[in-house]
Amino acid sequence: MRRYSLRFVALGYLLLVLLGPLAMIFWRAFDRGAGHLWTSLSDPNTVHAFKITLIVAAIAVPLNTVFGVVCALAIVRRRFRGAGLVNAIVDLPLALSPVVVGLSLFLLYGRTGWFGHWFQAHGVQILFALPSMVIATVFVSLPFVAREVVPTLRELGDEQEQAAHTLGASGWTTFWRITLPSIRWAVIYGVVLTTARCLGEYGAVAVVSGHIEGQTETATLRVQDAYENFDVPGAYGISLVLAVMSVVVLVAMTFFKPNQEVTA
Amino acid sequence: MYAGAPVRRRARQSSEGAAAALSLGFTTAFLSVVVVLPIAALVWASRDNGLHQFWQVATQPEAVAALELSIGAAVLVALVNAVVGTITAWVLVRDDFRGKSIVNAVIDLPFALPTIVAGLTLLALYGPQSPVGLDVAFTRTAILLALLFVTLPFVVRTVQPVLHELDREAEEAARSLGASELRVFASIVLPNILPGILSGVALAFARAVGEIGAVVLISGNLPYKTEVASVFVFNHIQSGDQSGAAAVAVVMLLISFATLLAIGGIRFLLTRHERA
Repeated sequence: MRRYSLRFVALGYLLLVLLGPLAMIFWRAFDRGAGHLWTSLSDPNTVHAFKITLIVAAIAVPLNTVFGVVCALAIVRRRFRGAGLVNAIVDLPLALSPVVVGLSLFLLYGRTGWFGHWFQAHGVQILFALPSMVIATVFVSLPFVAREVVPTLRELGDEQEQAAHTLGASGWTTFWRITLPSIRWAVIYGVVLTTARCLGEYGAVAVVSGHIEGQTETATLRVQDAYENFDVPGAYGISLVLAVMSVVVLVAMTFFKPNQEVTA
Repeated sequence: MYAGAPVRRRARQSSEGAAAALSLGFTTAFLSVVVVLPIAALVWASRDNGLHQFWQVATQPEAVAALELSIGAAVLVALVNAVVGTITAWVLVRDDFRGKSIVNAVIDLPFALPTIVAGLTLLALYGPQSPVGLDVAFTRTAILLALLFVTLPFVVRTVQPVLHELDREAEEAARSLGASELRVFASIVLPNILPGILSGVALAFARAVGEIGAVVLISGNLPYKTEVASVFVFNHIQSGDQSGAAAVAVVMLLISFATLLAIGGIRFLLTRHERA
């Protein structure tokens, strides 16, 4: 009896908070038929918004992947002074509001900011343009690869690397032939999480992008824009595409998740 | 034997040193440009007009109301997560039913779904055109719902692995000695999973304090009523009041630091025996 009541509580909660709302996207998006959905999705500004989202993700994900692996190697293998501090800074984006991230970049690159002046004098547009949107996205999605790779590296130990080293392999060879193959699943899982965060980022990008329709608007900003301009079906249409993307991500997450718990 | 060996080894060591320096340099430079400099700029801007001015701006009634709302809602959401998250983790580890692996996968959905989409879907189900006749749009209840959605995975995902590793012999021993189920949970299971619950709760709290995407559409953003701290910051940036935005943002930054410190403390206690 107790067993069933706990199951009931857990599943009921999931239904109320998670699955019920999710089902609504599909229902609402097809409210007026598939034809209408297609018309609203093929709006040039909407297409452009998806393009911007993909461009930002295409830059931010590789950057954070390289950073995550290098940073994890530095933290685990080098044991330098200040590793604790680096660890803490890497965790910060998990605990910080994206709006605060956006404001920080706004103040740094804005007209009165430390860097704003220099970039303006050299005719480089950072704020309200792609560069600041990329930096904001990199900031919020920074921890995921590093967080996944650090424990895997720790568990792995460095015996194989030492062996390769003794046999005369260079550091570079050791990394490509020994280290990377052993951590590849952790890296892939981290990349999946990073991608999800990049595609879905809203708060930080909303601050630095300036929300310029057809220019700096990402798909998530477009959802809000459409909703606030009373284009509710349009908002649900874009949401549907984003939701389908995140279901794909979810399947990838389930597939690549390190086996820390048995799910059967 | 041959003279080349020590030279080669020395060369290898120096290239190792170069690789170490390079990886450290890259890590530091990347973190500085992306994280440290912007945060420094924020802190610098907030104290531009002196500490007194900062305090005055941070304690203006609208800012205080927004911060109180955000912190209060985050505390409530963290508490709900502590209970429901633990129950969910328990059901996923100890219970067995058809479709469990699907339920397990679905838990991560809030990590995968864009928050603005989460907000819009909640508005569809619990808004003015609710098919179940439940309209909580533009109320504080709506804010709670949105925060519950985005924080759902944290406690489940920190408790689940611990519960899975937990040795069940101690529980069975207690049961055979006549302990009630509640007693077994309280004195054997709970002490083991408590650190997991606490770090999950801390993460959920931090996330809830700073959330904007899920909240912005459904809350209505009425100052003093349903305007959370992150929306306050956003609105004040838009209206050009940078010092007001920066002051509240710095308070939020301090809350994040405090939460991370708490999580670090929990982790420290957890690994105490490993270090000893």
